[in-house]
Amino acid sequence: MPHINLPNLPGIRGPMAYRPETAKPLNALAEVLLRDDNNTLSRGERELIGTYVSSLNDCFFCQNVHGALAGHYLNYDINAIDAVKKDFPSTAISEKMKALLSIAASVQQGGKFVTRQQIEGARQLGATDREIHDTVLIAAAFCMYNRYVDGLATWAPQDRQFYVDRAPQRAEEGYVGFDLFK
Amino acid sequence: MPHINVNNSLAGIRGLMNFRPETAGPLCDLAEVLLRSKDGLTPAERELIATHVSYLNDCFYCHNSHGEIACYYLKGDRELVDQVRKDYQHAEVPDKLKALLQIASHVQQGGKFVTEEDIANARKHGATDKDIHDTVLIAAAFCMFNRYVDGLAATTPADLSTYPPRAKQVAENGYGNHIFSAKQPVAKIV
Repeated sequence: MPHINLPNLPGIRGPMAYRPETAKPLNALAEVLLRDDNNTLSRGERELIGTYVSSLNDCFFCQNVHGALAGHYLNYDINAIDAVKKDFPSTAISEKMKALLSIAASVQQGGKFVTRQQIEGARQLGATDREIHDTVLIAAAFCMYNRYVDGLATWAPQDRQFYVDRAPQRAEEGYVGFDLFK
Repeated sequence: MPHINVNNSLAGIRGLMNFRPETAGPLCDLAEVLLRSKDGLTPAERELIATHVSYLNDCFYCHNSHGEIACYYLKGDRELVDQVRKDYQHAEVPDKLKALLQIASHVQQGGKFVTEEDIANARKHGATDKDIHDTVLIAAAFCMFNRYVDGLAATTPADLSTYPPRAKQVAENGYGNHIFSAKQPVAKIV
């Protein structure tokens, strides 16, 4: 049961419906960071960064919502997404993505954990300044979203297939202007 | 020096925002609602929560920036701000704010660290659902802002006398686009 009296919606949707004034910039940020196509990182790659950080933060709702979205965009099944969460260096994702995920993992621990060597490594594999910027901000933003969801003890559907089934619709509607109650 | 070339010399998060205005927009909007709303918690209380969480995250730029903004609202009581920053349990602040700071410090560790007892204690001292909601989201948001600033090694002025002019700008004009425009307030040379 959530810590405060929220509309009966799963995960972040409860607090977003409760406080639309903060929901608006939270969703606008997600839209620019994760879905805006004016970006050299694909939607799938950006959702994968969000998924990975959410799994490090042990946030069930976020890692399943964003894992399903990443799977939808990248054409990965749930096992392939789980493999990235569990041990991304041994998966078939690009070397550049591995470098970016390693930066994201450091951000999850704390901003100062990111090293010059990690940044240089990502650059050598072709990452641009803006890709590094967005990776850091996506990872940082999920350190917020995850804490928001779990800090208020929201509930989440436990059947992981639920998230997979809804991902195409979520991808289509985006993070801005959708109906929280649908 | 920042990890990326931001093409400007603005301090802290301002330099990052100037580099990427598309994400700066919603970040500023979020800060404006969370830190300047007068609905329930006061702007001073909101900034004190932000200051404490930034201190726990060891983000020098953020805890000094928001500490100075809190100080501005508190008519220059820097001693109180410093006490809340480092040891709020012994600060001269209401028990309700202490209970909310405890929730915020648990959010800083991770969402699941917030306990039923934390919530019950805040309620006992008069916190409303909205106070608790805003406290959790302010603390969570600073776990983002702090990581954004330090994760990209943003320019951090070491000279504390440079913080009050920027704090005054925010306290008087809010978290609008002006905070990352090219023209910035500077300390008066005495």
